[in-house]
Amino acid sequence: MSDLQPVKFYQTGTFTVGNRLLAPEERSVQANMQRTNSLNSGHRACQGCGEALGARYAIDAAMNATNRQLIAANATGCLEVFSTPYPETSWQIPWIHSLFGNAAAVATGLSAAMKVKGKKDVRVVAQGGDGGTTDIGFGCLSGMFERNDDVLYICYDNEAYMNTGVQRSSATPPAARTATTMPLGSEPGAPFGQGKFVPAIAMAHEIPYVATATVADLRDLEAKVTKAMSFRGARYIHILVPCPLGWGTASHDTIRMARLAKETGMFPVFEAEYGELKSALAIRRQLPVEEYLRPQKRFAHLFGKTPAVETIARIQAQADKNIRRYGLMAKEAAL
Amino acid sequence: MLKQMEGSKAVAEAVALCRPEVICAYPISPQTHIVEGLGELVKSGELKNCEYINVESEFAAMSVAIGASAGGARSYTATASQGLLFMAEAVYNASGLGLPIVMTVANRAIGAPINIWNDHSDSLSQRDCGWLQLFAETNQEALDLHIQAFKLAEELSMPVMVCMDGFILTHAYERVDMPTQAQVDQFLPPYEPRQVLDPNDPVSIGAMVGPEAFMEVRYLAHAKQMQALERIPQLGTEFKQIFGRESGGLTRSYRADDAETIVIAMGSVLGTIKDTVDAMRDAGHKIGVLGITSYRPFPIEQVRAALKSCKRFVVLEKSLAVGLGGIVATDVRMAVTGMGLKGYTVIAGLGGRAITVTSLTGIFEKAMRENLELVNFLDLDWKAVNKQLEREKQTRRSGPIAEALLRDVGAAGTRNY
Repeated sequence: MSDLQPVKFYQTGTFTVGNRLLAPEERSVQANMQRTNSLNSGHRACQGCGEALGARYAIDAAMNATNRQLIAANATGCLEVFSTPYPETSWQIPWIHSLFGNAAAVATGLSAAMKVKGKKDVRVVAQGGDGGTTDIGFGCLSGMFERNDDVLYICYDNEAYMNTGVQRSSATPPAARTATTMPLGSEPGAPFGQGKFVPAIAMAHEIPYVATATVADLRDLEAKVTKAMSFRGARYIHILVPCPLGWGTASHDTIRMARLAKETGMFPVFEAEYGELKSALAIRRQLPVEEYLRPQKRFAHLFGKTPAVETIARIQAQADKNIRRYGLMAKEAAL
Repeated sequence: MLKQMEGSKAVAEAVALCRPEVICAYPISPQTHIVEGLGELVKSGELKNCEYINVESEFAAMSVAIGASAGGARSYTATASQGLLFMAEAVYNASGLGLPIVMTVANRAIGAPINIWNDHSDSLSQRDCGWLQLFAETNQEALDLHIQAFKLAEELSMPVMVCMDGFILTHAYERVDMPTQAQVDQFLPPYEPRQVLDPNDPVSIGAMVGPEAFMEVRYLAHAKQMQALERIPQLGTEFKQIFGRESGGLTRSYRADDAETIVIAMGSVLGTIKDTVDAMRDAGHKIGVLGITSYRPFPIEQVRAALKSCKRFVVLEKSLAVGLGGIVATDVRMAVTGMGLKGYTVIAGLGGRAITVTSLTGIFEKAMRENLELVNFLDLDWKAVNKQLEREKQTRRSGPIAEALLRDVGAAGTRNY
């Protein structure tokens, strides 16, 4: 992102940035031999888990930005379950899990405790999946935003309740198959016209900083977390983290799926300050949504003997709307 | 210092003297004046070094308190009724995590039908949540119990509810002896938890515990409450040394030494019961009272000892175990197992129904004649109830109970179906 990321080298076909091409100070946190490994190896996440990847990137970057003075509150969910099976823990930072729906409020309490104890340099992050953020934890999240409590909330969005066996959440996209939106009947999969996009709702709270990111663009993610830590008050980062189990994708395709979500316009990657859109990551080569949908078994019913052309067109229309709304094809978006 | 003040304001001042560092405020009658009072003390600068947070729900109130407590701050909130139920998940969580949060419960009925008046249904619904529950009889005791509660909670690393009757205590203006800051500081040391979330010594709190250790964790919560049975009376003694008055403890007997009949109750109704017993004593009846201050842990030994010479007991409680009878009575019956006593349960005062000396005298006299049912309902309008039951016998049809009943007691806005 702009000031934090002045150099970008894209290798043809992969869009990745080679650290070896950059000066040491411009290299990613993850590339550093001294990286903190906040979420250490040995945890129980599935192979190819986007959330585990996203969490380590994000928390390592936050640790780096705060000189390791960081505490995390975690909602119930995959991240909590796979990282802390008693008596083990993968966390290298002080970490608390309380309930499914209260991570934002617990973080508010921690932040208040740090303030009252005079530990102003200790910063607080809250984290949860899309269920814990957009559904059951939404009241506490909105309350934390509205009070502008000094908390960075990170949502790892894999678009369903994966920990309980892939049920629909309010972040599940239309037409997606989940255990509670089966590909049956006249409108197979999750219904159109439902769900919510919490980054936009976060912006409506006019909090200092809101951003979206994916695990496909590590530097962007790290830069956004770093930037978020430069603000005081409520901040929100929504990271798209593909789930091989829930999406029905190959575990080696997690990053590719995240990239396709961005390049098709299915997932807009942008940042906003005090309620106003500041920048968006440009789509470099727009792809039809079909490219993104086809590899995922949760959308397999769209590609049967008679492809669901109409449904795919409706999904394409949503991607087009994202592109318009967030200026994803605009030249100025290409920062 | 003697002051004439509202119960809620007295509690607010007492809590402030305990130097809370994080206060979570959410309004619900009849608790609201307490957090209002604290808000004023923080905003005016009288209560320093304290974060006062207006949260968006009771669930958030308890959750913020959980975070604050785990972060090493002395944390307080207050609630009642629906609010306690709305935060129930976090209430269990706070005790499961062993966080010494103190919470006032301004006892109030639970709806439907919605009712803002006093009974004990709310905190008793959280009977098994792992929190200690102390019941205040007077405003003075409510104030004193809060000071003791912080010390007890932090010593045991368990949260404590101080229960005071909604409106009857919270809104009553009474004389209280407000301690000085120096006295409270002498009694209550600063909060220094063993384990806090600290980047310089990172720990993970709230891990998933499987069948291999879960029972042990639960047992330890029970063991802490058993320790509290010893600690609560000691705290009462230490309290008296500094503050010069008796307050707290597990149970308190009144004119019970030679009593053949002992009435057991919790909270402010003990005042009315004592007046009734005084009059009955004057009339020559051998009747006494046992007040229970510590409902959790439940003082089994003390109850047994208090009842060892009587012939019968009456548990008068402002709560109903629907489908069984009494909630407190069940605990008392367990305590007196094998003692061969006659025991009666009287359900009274639900939803703020007045408990009068006349009614109490009548039911205690019946108890002395052993002319009571196992479970009794004080001043129930049997005519209205029976009429409704009769109607239901004739036509089986589901529908709201209160509205059906109100039609007969003459409330407006109901019509005949």
